[in-house]
Parts: sequence; C-alpha cells; structure tokens
Amino acid sequence: MGVSSRPFPPGAYPVVVIGSGPGGLQLSHALREVGIDHAVISQDPAPGGMFRRWPHFQRLLSWTKPHAPVERGTRAYERYDWNSLLTAKAAARALQPTFMDGSSYFPSRPEMEANLGAFAERAEVAVRYGCTWTGTRVEEDARGTSFVVETTDGAYRCRILVLAVGVAEPHVPDAPGIELAHHYGEVRPAESYADKRVFILGKQNSGFELASGLLPWARQIVLSSPSPTSLSVDTRSLVGVRARYLQPFEDHVLGGGVSVLDASIGSIERLPDGDLRVHLHRSDGAGELAIDADEVIAATGFTAPLLDLPELGCQVFGASRLPVQTPWWESATLPGVFFAGTLGQGARGLRKHGIPANSGAVHGARYNARVLAQRLAEERFGMGIHRPGIEPETLIEFLASEIAKAPELFHQRAYLTRVVTVDSTVGLKDDGVQPLAHALDAGGPDAIAVTLEADGSGAIYPVLYTRIAGAVNEHPLEPDPLLRYDTPEMRAALQGVVAPVLRASGISAT
Amino acid sequence: MATREELVDALAGFTLFGDLTRPQLTSVVHLMEEVLFAEGERVLRQGLTGSGFFVVLDGEASVVVDGTERAKLTRGDFFGEASILLGQPPIADVVALRPLQCLVLPGPQLEQFLINNPKVLYRMLQAQTRRLQSAQRFRS
Repeated sequence: MGVSSRPFPPGAYPVVVIGSGPGGLQLSHALREVGIDHAVISQDPAPGGMFRRWPHFQRLLSWTKPHAPVERGTRAYERYDWNSLLTAKAAARALQPTFMDGSSYFPSRPEMEANLGAFAERAEVAVRYGCTWTGTRVEEDARGTSFVVETTDGAYRCRILVLAVGVAEPHVPDAPGIELAHHYGEVRPAESYADKRVFILGKQNSGFELASGLLPWARQIVLSSPSPTSLSVDTRSLVGVRARYLQPFEDHVLGGGVSVLDASIGSIERLPDGDLRVHLHRSDGAGELAIDADEVIAATGFTAPLLDLPELGCQVFGASRLPVQTPWWESATLPGVFFAGTLGQGARGLRKHGIPANSGAVHGARYNARVLAQRLAEERFGMGIHRPGIEPETLIEFLASEIAKAPELFHQRAYLTRVVTVDSTVGLKDDGVQPLAHALDAGGPDAIAVTLEADGSGAIYPVLYTRIAGAVNEHPLEPDPLLRYDTPEMRAALQGVVAPVLRASGISAT
Repeated sequence: MATREELVDALAGFTLFGDLTRPQLTSVVHLMEEVLFAEGERVLRQGLTGSGFFVVLDGEASVVVDGTERAKLTRGDFFGEASILLGQPPIADVVALRPLQCLVLPGPQLEQFLINNPKVLYRMLQAQTRRLQSAQRFRS
C-alpha cells in the first residue's frame, strides 16, 4: 500500500488512531512494530500536524545537534536529537539532522515538516488523509465497549481509539471585548505589524515568541499576565520562557521600550479613533492600568480538541482541557480511549519538584508512544513482548548503561523508568520501560526501577527505586556535573542499592 | 474543569485565601495548576521526595500512614506543605477516594509564594496551630 494512496476505508479495525502529527505517526509506527493492526485517519492533507503551521517565527524550541559526542543513528544519539521519530529501520532513523542547514541547532518549521514527511515515507506510515473526525458513539455488546468514529468518509468501528490530535484549539479567556483581540493562531506575517503598538496577552513561550519576532517591527510591545514571568534558566527545567525568547525580557529590564506587566485582563474597548484600550488589574493590588494599542493578540494557549468525547464521559481538567488519564495514557473515565502526542500530558506522572515530563514535546511523546504500543500488545492483544533475562553478574553493567545512555530516562525524567524484576526462582528479568507512577503504585514482585531525575537545582542525577515485599524505597544517587554516570563510582553506588534486593530473593551477584 | 473565574470564586471562599483581593486571587490561580486525580490515584507518596503543595477544590482524599487511614481531606483543605517546609519526604500517602480536583503549587515555589503572600502564610500558621492544639488535646 503506497503512502500516497487513500488507505483504511471506513470499516472495523482493532485500533483507530486519529492524527498525523508526530504523535500519530510515532504511535502508528510503534503499533506496526509490535504487530497491531490499525487504521490512521487525519483531517490534514499531509503529515506534520501543528508543524505544518507553527511556530509562526519559523524555528522550533527543541534542538537537534547534527554533531554529537555519540554516533548519529544510535540509541544514545537520541539524547541530542529531540526531533526525529523512532524506528528500528535504519533508513528512517535520525532524520532531522539530515534536513538542517547549519544555521541553527533549532530546526526551522519547514525543516521539521520535512523531517516528519520523510519519516512517514521511509517508515511507511500509512494515513488516510483528508478524513475528518466528526463525532463519536459508544456501543456496548457482549464483548464489551466499542467506539464508532464518524468521519467525513464514513464510520469506523474499533475497540481501542487513540487520539493524537494535539492541543490545538485556540483558547481565549473570558473578558468583555476579548473579541477585539486575535489569537496566536491568527497572527499575520511580522511585517504587517510594522510601526504598530502591540499588546500581547500571555507571558508564556508563545507570547514571548511573538514579542521576539515583532521586536524589529512593532513600535511598542506590552506583554501582560497575572503572575510573574517564569524563565527556564531560573527554573533549570523546561518550565518557563525558553532562553531563545528572552530578548524581549532583556529589552524590558533595560528600558528599551518593551513592557512586561503582572496584571490580569479587565476588558478591551474600541475607542472612537479606532484605537484599542486594554483595561488591566495590577496583581500587586496597586490599582488599574489602561494601555492603548493598535493590535491585541491573545497568546493564551490552546485546548484539546476532543469534540464530543467529554459528553461521552471523558473527563478533562485544567486550562488546556486535557483528558484525565491513567499512567498508561488511557482515559481514566472512558476506558478504551487512549492518547498519544501532546495529549499525553494529561498523564501527569509524579511531577517531582514541580518539573513536568516532556510529553508535550516530540522528545518525550515519542517514547510514551512506544511504551503505549507495547502495553496495548501485552494487555489488550495478548501478544508476548520479549522480556529478556539478566544474569545477576551483569545487572550493575545493565543499570549503569541505562543511566548513561537510555534516551527514555534522559528525556522523560522521573516519568519513565526501566524496571528489572527480581524473583528467587525465575531470576532477574528486564521488564522494559514503564511509567514511573505505575512502577511505584501498582505493586508487584520485588523490583529495581531506575530513572534520571532533576530537582530544579540544575543537577540531573540517577534515582533507583527498590521494591522488597511490597515496600518501595527511593535511592537518589550523587549527581555528576558532567553527567558521567558510566563510572566505577556509579557502579559501586548501584551495587550498594541493589544488593539488599538481590539478597531478599537469595540471588548472589558474584 | 473550571474557568479561571470559577477558580477565583472557589479560592475566595477558603479561609486560607480569605484575606486576598480579587487581583491577588487571580494571580494565585494563574500561578497554581489545576489538576484532577482519578479515584484511587495517589497524590502524595509517603517517603518519596519532590512533592507539591495542594489545595482541595472538590472531591475527597484519604490520608494514609503505613496503610492506616488517619484523616480525610475535602474542599478547602490543603496538604503537602509540611514536607516542603521541613525539606523532608511526606510522612503519609494521600489517595483520592473519588475524583479529586486540586490546585497545586510545585514544592520549590512554596517559600517564595508564602513570602509574597504573608496573609496566606498567617492563615496557614493559624491552621497549623489548630492542628497542633488538636493533636495535643488528643494526646492528653
């Protein structure tokens, strides 16, 4: 089946995936790799999802290093390449650096779109494009629940529905006159803001991205939201405005003409001369502010476009209306509906020290997709996933190697973990990569779970969790400022943590 | 799911935030994140580092120490602050008994938040003193 034809006509499939952005492409390919038959439909005409349109000012926030300390195309290289999708096919691995021209390590939007298009082609991800999801029905029969997915091409029936439709519905806050603002999604080319006074509602990355792009054009830029700007260099995480969008902030603190305010929106009105006036309440309680502007842009985020699923029982939460999920990305209130791509952010994980997983970005969601595909294969389709045994004398080497090289643990810190189960008769078994919340909360046999974590201090350090007779304990290991974790000291520290677990099962590692 | 205005209204009714002006409440709602935990989900984990400060908006949770339920938490209650203030892991699990809607502030932000909002700090101190008094009565 060629990828350019229209595969997957309406009908019954074991799994239906909706979406052809990185989330949908990665999940479809991961399902194919484990052998789960499924259909993929998308309203778009081509692969790429949001990267077919955004970011406006043409470069991504996530980097790819064409030249890294490890060989391109290896598993370890994924740490340095945040934008390529994952596959066992050599010809489709590490594609992003092949589309970059050396002018930046942040790929441009067209370079990302080319990367995703090439992946769909070389990994042979078939999608029925131009097929729009219009509604959903839930039906019960003797075998359980099935979903009927209505589309512009007809109805699809499945027992497992996976949504990878992004968090792409523009969100604007309630305020009188808000209709006088236009949303981030409707921003025009930068030059059309030449010599204008621009008011930007919102101080997250999208607001600062616009302000950065408009610096050479706008006469005045004011950004406002109720709470102070959080910067990623301060939080030492991806929380906050990223370093590459900081220029408007520096302009503000040096008095260059950009203003960054802590105030909430009261209303927007059009004045008789055509100007817009934005009324604000200062967060420090010091009173009201009125700012005149030619343009008001709402960089106030996006929500999940879940269509009728909330009415069917899929509970959502938060400003982005993300679906409430189990650690395995299944709706907690509408079983059988799963989420891939940025929607997977609804499975929050532990959020230790306030640091979220990277599920809202390609470099996090791509691993979630692979873990989800394996979970579906094992739990829903009864397919065996090879879980290799580990000889006790190689356990330390295995753990040290995962800490030093595993991209899943590096990119999804305190969110995904590698689990080794320990059994006195079966021995040690590599139980694969799992959500940490599941590994900690679901109980089970004695086990060792390894992950990397960060606490906002700037350090990235290994953490082991041990479970002995149901009791879970946490063992953070010493951080190394150069992230050198494949060392004799690390092996000695690992030995100290795992020895009691092995002893409890009567396993000797020597 | 609630709108920002509804969240502000909810906080305005809680003793902890009762002294804040509406713009200050709006700022608090903007700073904290709304989360919803499914029934049976663990919100706080006994003995594990890195948790946050939670304010219950709706639902019910159980405070469990070593497998034994010690208390229940409902709308307006808050938890998680003790382990953050002391720099130690929580001494209890908190588990959602039914869908639990909370506002959460990451642990590392709590100190600055309380410094910026001394009236919340005062109300929190009052609540802690009441808890201490009640524990002492229980012991005597």
